[in-house]
Amino acid sequence: MPVNDFQPVIGLEVHAQLLTKSKLFCGCSTEFGAEPNQNTCPVCLAMPGVLPVFNQRVAEFAVRTGLALGCTIKKTSVWSRKNYFYPDLPKGYQITQYDQPICEWGTLTIDTPEGEKTIRIRRIHMEEDAGKNVHDAAVGESLVDLNRAGVPLLEIVSEPDLRSADEAVEYLKALRDVLVYLGVNDGNMDEGSFRCDVNVSVMRKGETQYGQRCELKNINSFRFIKQAAEYEIARHVEVLESGGKIDQETRLWDTQRNETRSMRSKEDAHDYRYFPEPDLPPLHVPDALIDEVAQGLPELPRTKFKRFMSQYGIPAYDAKLLCAERPLAEFFEACTQHYKDYKKLSNWFQGELARLLNESGGTVSISTLKFTPTQFGELLSAVEKGTLSNNAAKDVFAEMFREGKSPEAIIAEKGLAQVSDAGAVEAVVDEVLAKNAGEAEKYRAGKKQIFGFFVGQVMKAMKGKGNPALVNELLKKKLGD
Amino acid sequence: MVLTELSMLELAAKLTSGEVSSLEATRACLTRIAQVDGQVKAFLRLDEKGALAAAEASDARRKAGNPASALDGVPIGLKDIFLTEGGETTCGSRILQGFVPPYDATVVRLLREAGLPIVGKLNMDEFAMGSSTEGSAFGPTHNPWDLERTPGGSSGGSAAAVAACEVFGALGTDTGGSIRQPAALTNTVGLKPTYGRVSRYGVIAYASSLDQVGPMARTVADTAALLQLLARHDPLDSTSAKLEAPDYREDLEGGVRGLRLGVPREYFTGGMDPEVEQAVREALKAYEHMGATLVDVSLPHTKYALATYYLLATAEASSNLARYDGIRFGLRAKDAKGLRELYGLTRERGFGPEVKRRIMLGTYALSAGYYDAYYLRAQKVRTLIRQDFASAFEQVDALVSPTSPVPAFKLGEKVADPLSMYLMDVFTLPCNLAGLPGLSLPCGFTKSNLPIGLQILGKPFDEARLLRIARAFEREHGFVRRFPTL
Repeated sequence: MPVNDFQPVIGLEVHAQLLTKSKLFCGCSTEFGAEPNQNTCPVCLAMPGVLPVFNQRVAEFAVRTGLALGCTIKKTSVWSRKNYFYPDLPKGYQITQYDQPICEWGTLTIDTPEGEKTIRIRRIHMEEDAGKNVHDAAVGESLVDLNRAGVPLLEIVSEPDLRSADEAVEYLKALRDVLVYLGVNDGNMDEGSFRCDVNVSVMRKGETQYGQRCELKNINSFRFIKQAAEYEIARHVEVLESGGKIDQETRLWDTQRNETRSMRSKEDAHDYRYFPEPDLPPLHVPDALIDEVAQGLPELPRTKFKRFMSQYGIPAYDAKLLCAERPLAEFFEACTQHYKDYKKLSNWFQGELARLLNESGGTVSISTLKFTPTQFGELLSAVEKGTLSNNAAKDVFAEMFREGKSPEAIIAEKGLAQVSDAGAVEAVVDEVLAKNAGEAEKYRAGKKQIFGFFVGQVMKAMKGKGNPALVNELLKKKLGD
Repeated sequence: MVLTELSMLELAAKLTSGEVSSLEATRACLTRIAQVDGQVKAFLRLDEKGALAAAEASDARRKAGNPASALDGVPIGLKDIFLTEGGETTCGSRILQGFVPPYDATVVRLLREAGLPIVGKLNMDEFAMGSSTEGSAFGPTHNPWDLERTPGGSSGGSAAAVAACEVFGALGTDTGGSIRQPAALTNTVGLKPTYGRVSRYGVIAYASSLDQVGPMARTVADTAALLQLLARHDPLDSTSAKLEAPDYREDLEGGVRGLRLGVPREYFTGGMDPEVEQAVREALKAYEHMGATLVDVSLPHTKYALATYYLLATAEASSNLARYDGIRFGLRAKDAKGLRELYGLTRERGFGPEVKRRIMLGTYALSAGYYDAYYLRAQKVRTLIRQDFASAFEQVDALVSPTSPVPAFKLGEKVADPLSMYLMDVFTLPCNLAGLPGLSLPCGFTKSNLPIGLQILGKPFDEARLLRIARAFEREHGFVRRFPTL
């Protein structure tokens, strides 16, 4: 199939669950994993007579996201009802934003093999999530869990600026990083708190008119998004190449068979009968809120990554790893205040720290570390000064990680301090050479390969605490090198 | 005087003096209901136990000299549109039969806190859609003035119960005239407050942007006293006004001298029952006599109000009634195979013909391809209607008109002709479209002894002035203290 003759065109609609404590229109908890229907009240169950009350926190989150993505924040936005019947949609309509969303026209920059690329974001709007149907085939029953009903979501809609499945994945990763950095979303695709619909079409290269698009619904991993988009691109090309026509439809990704399947066609597409929500006045975002949110906006992952490279002179690989999570990057920066060999610091982050975090099996995270950046700095400085050997430092670090004691205390407690006192080392060297006078003679006669033997003897006598550089230096001096 | 014929405030005075107890008053209501409700059929359900317990508690408060409100201990009835915790609430519909709400509507909570025993739930047109209470799934209510006639609707049960002295007062809701029209047809006073003045939380929605809760009583002062208990901001209703309520009884006797009363030309253009027109004209003369100035005003877009109302109200209703799907509460079709059939059968069996008609109309008005022509156009006309009122109120303090073009009509007379039924709201619904307060008070009787109502419309949140204007007429004329013979 000559896929190369075609240009894929992809646009994404991302649904991100907001990290508020309570739901969009009532005070119920948004916590994941509660007993079915535990986090519900008359409002989110849509009992007769209930009315929505907007959770102002959500506007703050939407504004934060909008500002981070360079959007225009609309001073007045409007709630609408999207009407459709589904058992997990208790009101029979979803309260969402339609023609007047809270944020419009932003951008997100991604890396592609051809370099940086800016993807336009058409709109960001707020809406409530639906519940969940649980089908129990064994009993032949369908049950409804409304814990998620009314949980606040942001829908972030891109322009169809993406030109490959890889770009789509890059965009999603970059967007997820931003949302997680902003603290508005946990980025968890397994629990569905970050999910997306992918709109795919293809056109012959050189053409300007977009082809007919298909929508791939609710795909929940980067891998599946890539597979589904690639499958769909190939399918479109095949249909078009064989003279066929693409029908506008909504399709599902079948993870068992690795193919997309039709869910509904344009003909039976819903007529959502949108109209302005009469139970909620239009939402006004005051300038003061926009200013306040702008003030508190964190440095975004991409900016931070570039700054790390230039400010700390570390390679892109290191900077990317360190900037992957905001707490990690922040902890690194805190440590740079106490230790100035940034590359060595970065190595420790990637080596020992990563290993111990990994071994903790998730019980320890950056934000629950027991030691302080100051202590980390002290440890590395001790190695630098030669008061602690590199190997001993690893043991001390592990102890700091486990117990949260200062390196000084651990070194003292375990007697790990390296002996760098020239007089003390010299005494031991003299003693070892005296004890092994025969071997020393052989060395002086040219048997240079036995130098390590003397080092070993000195270290053994000093219980490993001799400063290796000093031991070497003194041995060579005394052996007449 | 018969105990049940006292006004709410008269009873309250006797409760204060200790001459009568709330328990006696509540028992008197229950006895009266037992005597006459078989004919009137105003009540869907009684809560004897709850009412008597509340009365007893009230008596204890009174005895301790610590009444919860001016109306503490005065028995009242509620339209069945208000949710009452632990007590079945059906909204006149089969689809909610057996539904026991887990919470009280805000207004119900306020009444309970004010110490008013709630005697029971009153009949209404299903989901408040109708002007005769014949739309109730549980049978019609009869007008106490002529049992063969309708008490109006949709708050017909509330109006009939108050008129027949089964309770001292009641709450209704008014989406297009559902408080004022039945008040007019039953010789009672009904007030539709400004949109946002009274909380809608816990009131089953018909058309959210038009619905408003209001008091129904036998005197203007009672109406004011009842409104006093309800008018306050409710954080649970986002459309509730953040506005302190004035003392509605303070200036009640202030009269109308110097007030400018607008007479909207478009409300007197034929089609009106001659006896109604005559009574209203006489009322206007009376106001002039009392020192008000009558001013001829125009509300040029009045002729579009009916069409606008039926587009917007049905559009909102089609959405508001989507939650009655058989999944979580109320009726569920037991024999349905599959989800679609469950929805279909439940709604087919649960909703009556008028509700289905309005859902269909509203669904159509919102459909892709028709939205601009119907819903959006109606919203624009709504703005014009609001502007009509705004310019009229630059010239006058209030507007005066008939409430209903005709007195109470016979049961069954208009059921087969929905359009003629819709015309019953022609004078009342523009006020809902504009969100304004409106009041209906008795202004006379036809030769065949049917009540006639006078409507007074005011500026936003100007309820106090409406009550004052109504009180001036009430004081001058004694119609309100006439009671039907049952």
